[in-house]
Amino acid sequence: MLAKYGPQLVNLLAAALLLLSFAMLTQRRILSLINLFAAQGFVLFLATALVAWLTGQHHLYGSAALTLALKVIALPWILHRLIRRLNVKWDVETLINIPSTMLVGIVLVILAFNLALPISSLAGTVTKATLGIALASVLLSFLMMITRSKAVPQVIGFLSMENGLFFAATGAVYGMPMVIEFGVALDVLVGALILGIFVFEIRERFDSVDTRHLERLKER
Amino acid sequence: MISLAGVAAQFTELALAVLLAPLLSGWVNQCRAWLQNKSAPPLLQPYRTLNKLFQKEVVLAHGASPLFRIAPYLIFGCLCAAAAIVPTLGTDLPLNAAADAIALVGLLALARLFIALAGMDIGTAFGSLGARREMLVGFLAEPALLMVLFTASLISGSSSLATIVEAIAHKEFAIYPSLAIAGVAFTMVSLAENARIPVDNPATHLELTMIHEAMVLEYSGRHLAMIEWAASLKLFVYSCIGLALFFPFGVAGGGDAAGIVLALPVLLLKLAIGGFLLALIETLSAKMRIFRAPEFLGTAFLLAVLSMLIHVLLER
Repeated sequence: MLAKYGPQLVNLLAAALLLLSFAMLTQRRILSLINLFAAQGFVLFLATALVAWLTGQHHLYGSAALTLALKVIALPWILHRLIRRLNVKWDVETLINIPSTMLVGIVLVILAFNLALPISSLAGTVTKATLGIALASVLLSFLMMITRSKAVPQVIGFLSMENGLFFAATGAVYGMPMVIEFGVALDVLVGALILGIFVFEIRERFDSVDTRHLERLKER
Repeated sequence: MISLAGVAAQFTELALAVLLAPLLSGWVNQCRAWLQNKSAPPLLQPYRTLNKLFQKEVVLAHGASPLFRIAPYLIFGCLCAAAAIVPTLGTDLPLNAAADAIALVGLLALARLFIALAGMDIGTAFGSLGARREMLVGFLAEPALLMVLFTASLISGSSSLATIVEAIAHKEFAIYPSLAIAGVAFTMVSLAENARIPVDNPATHLELTMIHEAMVLEYSGRHLAMIEWAASLKLFVYSCIGLALFFPFGVAGGGDAAGIVLALPVLLLKLAIGGFLLALIETLSAKMRIFRAPEFLGTAFLLAVLSMLIHVLLER
């Protein structure tokens, strides 16, 4: 029963992942943004665990557990603490208005689907169709990093991009070797910590976490 | 070939829609009152209101043109025709061959056009304000609704609602991620189209925030009764479209007379659950500013387009 509907369920989770990427792109509030990021991590965990069960690739259970620990619990906790200490709960400022961002997002999704179609037809996995969605969520996170002016949403965009890459690896080749996955997970964790310190530094210098201040190179 | 049983089923469905529509509105109002800790009006209150309005005399404004007088009947007629197309009990309906999902959207647009014209006809400030807002909401909601219907059509290979129901309910069960996303988009569109929170407040008495109510401020007596009835019929039609597209299980297949009898309690149960969920959405969300409505409906359109893309990518 589950083996029959398994690939379809993976597709459903992939669609949920893409939807959450879009929700993050259009979200104005920073707190909801973090919660959406945690939700995306949880969907990724479910998808990875399901693929592991369907294909019998036991190392994928390890990646699923890693995803749960890191992206659903640890990173959202760090981010929550970060915004509490920075005391930034205001609405996120976007450089382009949200309807235009959504239209650009749709174009990116079409682009990603077109790019992935020839690649995924070469893959032999049961989840090959999800490659397009993974690519689309990478591009959407990238777009989010570009269109936000504050540092914290940019950090979240970076982390969510890693979610997309992870999903691409799971869908196309049933995950990377465990060593690489641990390495990437550690990188993301350390990256989040460093970016947190970086955000503090920006605030110390400029009394704001707006990264547009960094465009000026000379001191006045 | 039009069968006698088909005609009978068609008339049963239409009569059911017209008679049950106020009950659905009453049920939603009751659920909402419970959820908000208010004492609920009786379930049959909409029927009493209609009865009262039918007995009252009609007061017409001085500048009212004939359009103002015939508009309520035209709107009611459009929504009756729309209700007849949507398969609620069985899929073997003679009218299904005549009109598909696109015609359904056209009928709903025609009803909206007439209610907006009637709102502008008297020339009061609130009437034209409401009409303009209604057209704003309508022109944003319509493409999203069409995209949702197109996604369902792509899955079943036909734009006829009966064939869509047939394809989803009676073929082998499959999970369609695209339909799940289209369902979210459809919910957003139907909230906007039925003048519900977060786009409009159906119970408001503050003229500045009204959309639907502002247009019908000048109506009274049996005209108002027709419009109120048409409004609840619209809610019923939208609920049935949603059920037909996303939860068509229990609808009888073609020419199954016993199935139609069995489909009735299933339909009532689904409508009751749907009405409760609508009341829940209305209680949990706050009304947004009118200038946020384009963003809300833009999101609905985006979701509908996304569901179509996902269908192309994943389900072919």
